[in-house]
Amino acid sequence: MALVSVTNLTRIFDVSKPWLNRVIERKPKAMLTAVSDVSFDIEERTVYALVGESGSGKSTIGKMLVGLLAPSTGSVDIRGVDLARETDAAKIDDVRADIQMIFQDPFASLNPRWRVRDIIVEPVAARGGETRGLAERLLEQVGLAARDAGKFPHEFSGGQRQRICIARALASEPKLIVCDEPTSALDVSVQAQVLNLMSDLKDEFGLTYLFISHDLTVVQHMADKIGVLYLGRLVEEADPDTLFDTPKHPYTQMLLAAAPQLDGFGREVAPPTGEIPDPINPPPGCAYNPRCPLAADICRTTRPELRRVGNARVACHMVD
Amino acid sequence: MTPTLSIRNLTVDIPTRHGTLRPVQDVSYDIAQGEILGVVGESGAGKSMAGNAVIGLLNPPAHIASGEIHLNGTRIDHLQGDDMRRLRGQQIGMVFQDPLTSLNPLLKIGDQLTETMLAHLDISQSEARKRAIAALEEVGIPGAAQRVDSYPHEFSGGMRQRVVIALALCAEPSLIIADEPTTALDVSVQAQIIALLKRLCRDRGTAVMLITHDMGVIAEAADRVAVMYAGQLTELGAVRDVLTAPLHPYTDGLMGSTPLASRGKARLHQIPGAMPRLDALPDGCAFHPRCPRAQADCVRNPGPTLSDGQGRAACFHPLVREDVA
Amino acid sequence: MVDTPLPPDAPIAVKDPSRLRLALQSDFIYQFKRSPVAVVSFAITLLLVLSAIFAPLIAPYDPFDPGSLNLMNGFSAPMTPNAFTGDSFWLGTDDQGRDVFSTILYGMRISLFVGAAAVAFAMVLGITLGLLAGYVGGWTETIIMRIADVQLTFPSILVAMLIFGVAKGVTPVEYRDQMAIWVLIIAIGLSDWVQFARVVRGATLVEKNKEYVAAAKLIGRTGPAIMMRHILPNVLSPVLVIATISLALAIIAEATLSFLGVGAPPTQPSLGTLIRIGQGFLFSGEWWILLFPALTLLTLALSVNLLGDWLRDALNPRLR
Repeated sequence: MALVSVTNLTRIFDVSKPWLNRVIERKPKAMLTAVSDVSFDIEERTVYALVGESGSGKSTIGKMLVGLLAPSTGSVDIRGVDLARETDAAKIDDVRADIQMIFQDPFASLNPRWRVRDIIVEPVAARGGETRGLAERLLEQVGLAARDAGKFPHEFSGGQRQRICIARALASEPKLIVCDEPTSALDVSVQAQVLNLMSDLKDEFGLTYLFISHDLTVVQHMADKIGVLYLGRLVEEADPDTLFDTPKHPYTQMLLAAAPQLDGFGREVAPPTGEIPDPINPPPGCAYNPRCPLAADICRTTRPELRRVGNARVACHMVD
Repeated sequence: MTPTLSIRNLTVDIPTRHGTLRPVQDVSYDIAQGEILGVVGESGAGKSMAGNAVIGLLNPPAHIASGEIHLNGTRIDHLQGDDMRRLRGQQIGMVFQDPLTSLNPLLKIGDQLTETMLAHLDISQSEARKRAIAALEEVGIPGAAQRVDSYPHEFSGGMRQRVVIALALCAEPSLIIADEPTTALDVSVQAQIIALLKRLCRDRGTAVMLITHDMGVIAEAADRVAVMYAGQLTELGAVRDVLTAPLHPYTDGLMGSTPLASRGKARLHQIPGAMPRLDALPDGCAFHPRCPRAQADCVRNPGPTLSDGQGRAACFHPLVREDVA
Repeated sequence: MVDTPLPPDAPIAVKDPSRLRLALQSDFIYQFKRSPVAVVSFAITLLLVLSAIFAPLIAPYDPFDPGSLNLMNGFSAPMTPNAFTGDSFWLGTDDQGRDVFSTILYGMRISLFVGAAAVAFAMVLGITLGLLAGYVGGWTETIIMRIADVQLTFPSILVAMLIFGVAKGVTPVEYRDQMAIWVLIIAIGLSDWVQFARVVRGATLVEKNKEYVAAAKLIGRTGPAIMMRHILPNVLSPVLVIATISLALAIIAEATLSFLGVGAPPTQPSLGTLIRIGQGFLFSGEWWILLFPALTLLTLALSVNLLGDWLRDALNPRLR
């Protein structure tokens, strides 16, 4: 059985103006569908990556997975427990201990007034666990020094802070770590260090990652399976080789073509047209149809289902 | 031919209570007419600081301590106040990471364009407006004739960056300084902006200093590349040579640590450690504590410096490659 | 800063530098030493506060011990021997022969105590409500902040007089003098909590969206724990600034109320009461009874205020 099972996950945000403004300006309520009907499974000890541009809903999915946000409809099951609906407090606590998260901004994710030691052991201390020497051990595990435990976060560089975040995530011995753009704030050489560390720890502790990123090359390097999101919808899911060699969805093809390439000297590609539409009023049918070179009538009326095509799952009417 | 921009032995100092920091140290490079020079480096390498020095936008107490900057053969590093401002608008265009910082939120974009043109070009008001619409069309803004009367907040991030490019180019400058112009944008929009910048500058023969941390952007857009590390220029050369066959161990490590699409799940090459902070620069070559090729002289002697056209890598023991002349 | 870990045999138990030592090495202390205004106003404040605290030891007379008073000493001019007794007083005496210097020391005690207690009360109230409003949001926030808005439309001295009047009406006559000081504290405190609440709410809104708060939520920390342990330490620096400036204002407010006769009773005279008493003698030539308490109040309020101004600049570099 999969460790994480996401079924028909949908999240709608109310982004209306305050009631009074709405009445005066005669505007209807504005609902933003950040995530729309997304389903996927994450197998134990694998890396599942979600890629997408801004507004694709990738971070929202991550927050729902760890329980920071409740789904509007649909469900997230972790080891068979649905955190949003489970009523047995012991079960919730048990599953909670298995989930951790690494955040994007290493400068905002550590409390600046706390010593590194207290930050790292908090997940354990919150449950009343034994914390003596834990921070020092974890710091060495992530490539920092034990004596760093007594310092404050501002004494560290971005890469070192991200290591501290990783140490905190490991403290409660979780099974699943949701990584929300863990390296996008880091420089290339530091990113390489952090990515390597994450790979090593995954093997050492038998971890499962949900890796959220906008960077295709990073995703391709880390993932066992990749889900491509566009405007809150999963448009394609495949293993990296399949996805990068034979992208099926026109949006995936466009993304791969647009990404700058290290050997693309003087490359003149026809740049993609259009921009991501307004998520409050998404286009009817397939969300990508206004920018899609293949769009036919059916794409403008009917939303394509995610269906199996070869090794991949694709949501497109025009692919077979 | 005189290069459009010529920087010679530029050094920028920041005096602080703990001593003087040197974010840019003895940097020299040229940018020829119509050339795109990519300036890469990690954060704190001094790449933006060098760009700011050229346009006279260093934040005090940072200042140019020594060196010369020439634009089209005229020395500009000592210009002050109004002279610098005139030069900035007329001869140097700027594109920053966040388009909102370059646009006045209270003025229609058409007014901002005409204002810039009227200040620097000898044309009439109606002519300026005509040119403003043409400029917006050129940067690919649909319905330019109507959108010329819109405010900046009515545009999306990508469209705003197009407006900024139109604004930077409208006074027909000879140099554009683009500091991380696509970092805040999505991949698909980034490709549009890079293509636009390339096309416009090639058509007009404008020189471009493209400052970025993204090697992929450099590979696709730049003609030559300058790699910076801890305030110093470490490698300078044609983009294909530097990226495919780097000579400086730092460039080599940087390329190795970039997850390349073709390399798959192999372990990334790691440069050990991190870039030293400016207040804790090591003696000798700034890179030696992290360098796999470091020898005794790298620890003892300050690293060699590059002047434009002389050598490619500022290194005592560069990588040896047969296929590179 | 290099990421190299310590050798594995390095001792783990290294004593962390204390927070005090870190504070003494900080830029804050450095800036303090370089600002003459800050140093001088801090020195004057400290001197005044210490002499108020140790008034019984410093004051040459106890102005409230009827046994030590000699009515014949009344209206002695400063530094001149009294015509009847030959006693000489630094700052002269009032109509009842009380030494003005001593009454000022004791008066400052009352003024400082009322000011500090009122600010402490306002601070606790304001921080609690501000944290609640910012963190919980929704109706809680609306109600708290609307009350604050309404209160801000009245001058705070009016609010204090209103509260004072109501309290006076409900307390029995025999307790009035004893209660006066406490009523004064509550009246000034209640008129002053709004700015603490506003600033804390604003800072809380910023902090609660930072990722370290998400990290704490994720491991199951409850709202109160997050507010107290994570957010509160990070919103305290603007509170410190306001507290200092409020202290100056509270001392002035207390003086104003006492001057108007609704504050500290003549049996426990504060600086304001002394000024009220002294103004009666101004035109009969005994200027010192008014002048010296007024100068003390001015010096105290000014130096505390300058200290607060400097604190604001030092803690918030963007304002400079």
